[in-house]
Amino acid sequence: MASENRKALLDPVIASNPIMVQVLGICSSLAVTSNLKTTIAMCIALTLVTAFSSYFISLIRNQIPSSIRIIVQMTIIASLVIVVDQFLRAYAYAISKQMSVFVGLIITNCIVMGRAEAYAMKNPPVASFLDGFGNGLGYSVILLILGVFRELFGSGKLLGIEIFKLVSDGGWYVPNGMLLLPPSAFFLIGLLIWAMRTWKPEQVERNEYPLATHTKAQPAH
Amino acid sequence: MFEHYLSLLVKSIFVENMALAFFLGMCTFIAVSKKMKTAIGLGVAVTFVQAITVPANNLILNYLLKEGALEWAGLGDVDLTFLGLLSYIGMIAAIVQILEMFLDKYVPSLYNALGVFLPLITVNCAILGGALFMVERDYTFGESVVYGIGSGAGWAIAIAVLAGIREKLKYSDVPQGLRGMGITFITVGLMSLAFMSFSGIQL
Repeated sequence: MASENRKALLDPVIASNPIMVQVLGICSSLAVTSNLKTTIAMCIALTLVTAFSSYFISLIRNQIPSSIRIIVQMTIIASLVIVVDQFLRAYAYAISKQMSVFVGLIITNCIVMGRAEAYAMKNPPVASFLDGFGNGLGYSVILLILGVFRELFGSGKLLGIEIFKLVSDGGWYVPNGMLLLPPSAFFLIGLLIWAMRTWKPEQVERNEYPLATHTKAQPAH
Repeated sequence: MFEHYLSLLVKSIFVENMALAFFLGMCTFIAVSKKMKTAIGLGVAVTFVQAITVPANNLILNYLLKEGALEWAGLGDVDLTFLGLLSYIGMIAAIVQILEMFLDKYVPSLYNALGVFLPLITVNCAILGGALFMVERDYTFGESVVYGIGSGAGWAIAIAVLAGIREKLKYSDVPQGLRGMGITFITVGLMSLAFMSFSGIQL
C-alpha cells in the first residue's frame, strides 16, 4: 500500500480522530452508545456510508459545479443512507427501532459531510475511499469505548449477556443507572478528551485568555 | 385542544430538549457557543427554520409519500415512504435557500443579523431530527407546527445558556488537557443533568 494511502486510512484513527480532535459527528456518538448492540450497528453503518459517499463524490468531483455541490453531496449521502435504513429495517428490525431517528441522521452527521467537503472534493477516488473508511474507523473506536463502558457499568451486561451479576438477581454488582442516561455520555466524552490530551499534549488547545501570574506584591520589609 | 398543544410545547422545549436530551445539533452547539451574541443569532435562526420545515415536511409526508397519499393523483396504492429521507433533506435545503433569498430581499436587517448561520442550518441535525421525530410520532399538521416552534426554541435556550456559561468559563483556570472542548462537554453534561429535572412535567 502506498504510504499516502496508508496515511489516509490510519491517520484519522488516532492522530486526527474525527470525534476527539476534529470534533465532528458527536450527536450520534452520544445517543446510540447506551448499549453495545446499537453502537456496533451505528459504527458499521457510518463507516460504510462515509467510505462510499467519499468514493462516489470523488468520482464525480470534477463534474460538480461548485455552487450546487452541497446539494449534490447531500443527495449522494442521502441515497446511501436510505439503502442502509432499508437494509436495517429488513434484516434487523429491532435494532432499527431502537436507533429510531439516528439512522436517518447519518445524513447530517458532520463526519460524512466534512470528509466529502474537505477531502473527497480534492483527492482521487481510492484515496478518498480510504480516508472515509479511516474516519469511520476513528469514529468507531471512540463509540465502542463509550458503548462498552456504558453498557457494562450501567447494566452489568455486554451485548445482553450478563457479565456482572446484579444485586437485584442476588449477585454483587450495584449498577450505575446514570450511565444509561444522556448526561453521562457528555461526561464520558469530556473525560476521554482529557485522557487523550494528556497522552498527546500537542492536541491541547491554546489558552485564549491566559491567567496572569500571581501579581500580589511581596510584603514590605 | 389548547391544553394538548400547550403540553406538547412545554414537552418539546424542556422535557425533550433537542440538544440536551437527544444530542441533536451538537456540532454547531459546541462550535458556535463561544459568544453570547452569535449563539442567540443561531438560536433564532434555528427556531425560525424549524418552525417552517417541520410543518412543511408534514405536508410532504401526508400528501406525497404516505401509503395512499397520492390518491388525488389517481395513484392510490403507491407507497413512497422509502424516499422519505431524501425528500426531507431536499425540502430543508430548498426552504433554507428560499428563506435566505426572501430575507435578503425583504428583511435585510434580519438577514444581516443571521449572516452565515442561515446556510449552515441545512446541515444541522436538529432540523432533520425534528422532521424525523415528527414522522415517527405521527404528528398532525397542527401538532407539527407546535412541535417545530417548541423544539427550535428549546435548542435556542440551550445554546444561549451554554454560551453564557462559556463566557464566564474563560476566566477560570482549567487543567491543561481539559481546556476548551473537554470542559465544554462536562458543562453540557451538567446542564443536561439539570434539564432532566423537568422530566415528568405533565400539563
